[in-house]
Amino acid sequence: MNTPLLQEILGNASRTDTNLDGSSSFKAQTLNFGLLDEYSKREIRRAILTAVAVPGYQVPFGSREMPVARGWGSGGLQISLAIVGPDDVVKVIDQGDDEGVNAVNLRRLIVSSTGIPESTTPEDSTLIQTRHRIPEDPLDARHTLVLQVPVPEPLRGVERDMRELARMHAEADYARMWVSLYEDKVRNGVITRTTGYPCLVNSRYVIATTPIPRWDIPRLHQSEFLSLFGAGREKRIYAVPPHTDVEPLTFEDVPFEVEKTPGAKCRNCASNNTFLVEVLATDVRQSYWVCSDSDWCRRHRELSDSSSQGLMT
Amino acid sequence: MSTNWALKIESLGKIHGIPDLRSLEDTGPEKGTAKSALTGSIVAAWDVSFEVAPGEALGVIGESGSGKSTVMRCIAGDQGSTTGAVRLRTVHDGHMNVLDLDPSSRRHLRVADLSVVYQDPAEGLRLNVTAGGNIAEALTAAGWRHFGRIRDRAAELLDRTEVPLSRMDDLVGTFSGGMRQRVQLAKALANEPPVILLDEPTTGLDASIAAGVLDLIRNLLEETGVAAVVVSHDFAVIEMLTTRCVVMNHGRIVESGLTDRLLEDPHHPYSQKLVGAARA
Ligand SMILES: [Zn+2]
Repeated sequence: MNTPLLQEILGNASRTDTNLDGSSSFKAQTLNFGLLDEYSKREIRRAILTAVAVPGYQVPFGSREMPVARGWGSGGLQISLAIVGPDDVVKVIDQGDDEGVNAVNLRRLIVSSTGIPESTTPEDSTLIQTRHRIPEDPLDARHTLVLQVPVPEPLRGVERDMRELARMHAEADYARMWVSLYEDKVRNGVITRTTGYPCLVNSRYVIATTPIPRWDIPRLHQSEFLSLFGAGREKRIYAVPPHTDVEPLTFEDVPFEVEKTPGAKCRNCASNNTFLVEVLATDVRQSYWVCSDSDWCRRHRELSDSSSQGLMT
Repeated sequence: MSTNWALKIESLGKIHGIPDLRSLEDTGPEKGTAKSALTGSIVAAWDVSFEVAPGEALGVIGESGSGKSTVMRCIAGDQGSTTGAVRLRTVHDGHMNVLDLDPSSRRHLRVADLSVVYQDPAEGLRLNVTAGGNIAEALTAAGWRHFGRIRDRAAELLDRTEVPLSRMDDLVGTFSGGMRQRVQLAKALANEPPVILLDEPTTGLDASIAAGVLDLIRNLLEETGVAAVVVSHDFAVIEMLTTRCVVMNHGRIVESGLTDRLLEDPHHPYSQKLVGAARA
């Protein structure tokens, strides 16, 4: 655990201070709800509000030291802890998996600092923190998706100078992003970029949809749910509010296509219309595909198991 | 003077340092310096006026330090200016002084209203991008979104500037100096701008290569009907490309007129010196 933050919070907890709104606060001998102090929450919420008001714009925020290493979901965690309420149910996935080590650690942290229930099923959840995936189940207005972002700057590959980057976004000057897609297509015959595909949000700002696969991109477009992107190391928050256009940058004559391997299906649930990942074996013939979304896969396996059992009886 | 201009420059001035007008008193051709002893400022260019008609090429000639590159950079927007006006026919029919535009709108003029070809290709091109990709940057900036049409247009432009199509997908950094200038020309013409500025476009190239590039530029200027400003220290370049020119010395225009006549019968002592050196 990160000591400076804990000391600060513990220090706060043992004092009785005056709150920002002037009221005297009662501090129990426990950590603050959601770990962050109220001041930090307010600052992060303000950044989130700005991000929602200006879809796709990267809002700087004073990223806190978190009890996870920066780059291990600290940006997403700060968003989750700033917006979580006592009525929320949290789900955390890493690469689609609720049982990944990082997912488990982050979920444990959120649950232990808030006392809210957890779930692996999107249907039962309200706050979903994720690295690299959007759950396969359709999400709706109840859900807030919090995405952990390592590199928030979509133009990083074409420009390094911070001032020039700021200018390009301010003027919506994305010609060089188009050039990088052009060069990719010229060099490889196809646009090879798979994860973190650059998208134009609300016809204005280009974002890095980092780093979810192409498969998930269409689900951000005109979605029912709010998506919040948090980069802890780079101290940026950006958002895709519900009912917002999210268009992958693509040439008129080069259609955007999601990943699809002909003939591939999940070894566990037999699905061929989910995002599949290949499990490689030393002997290529023994390699196989499984759903990246492990919770979806488990539920559909049970479903097919029970229906086939039903057939037998 | 016709009113049919594509580009008009009015009393353009650029002072480096404190823009104290007393600097004008002890600078200029008669004083033999652009640096004011009075104020310490440098009067890089002052009271520069000219206009260029569509299809016309105007030369700006002078030695290094004469202010010709300052004028070019002030028109291009690469450098701020102290005073004066720059008007483009395509911007509010010339009623707008583009120097008054905010930096963003000013930069946007470079997409389709005004192109620049620099002496150093690295200023106008990205060397780590292919020849086609460099042209694609100009086209996508102007809103082109169809890959096939971008390819066709880039090929057409490279063909026109005599770059072998087999090199279209090679990085510009692997090209020779002469070839880079041809790609820079192709990119500059991509969106058919009404005005193009050429800053020492062949300086630094071998004589035989330079001759080929000059030939190409002359043909392109004739074919496209673009209004051009050619900045050079070399009367041979000015003679080949332009019909009118202005001579600059210590930040001021000392003589202007038809290029042929000016070469035959220069009036100002500085012009005489330049012509003499070119003829020697
Ligand atoms: Zn499955």
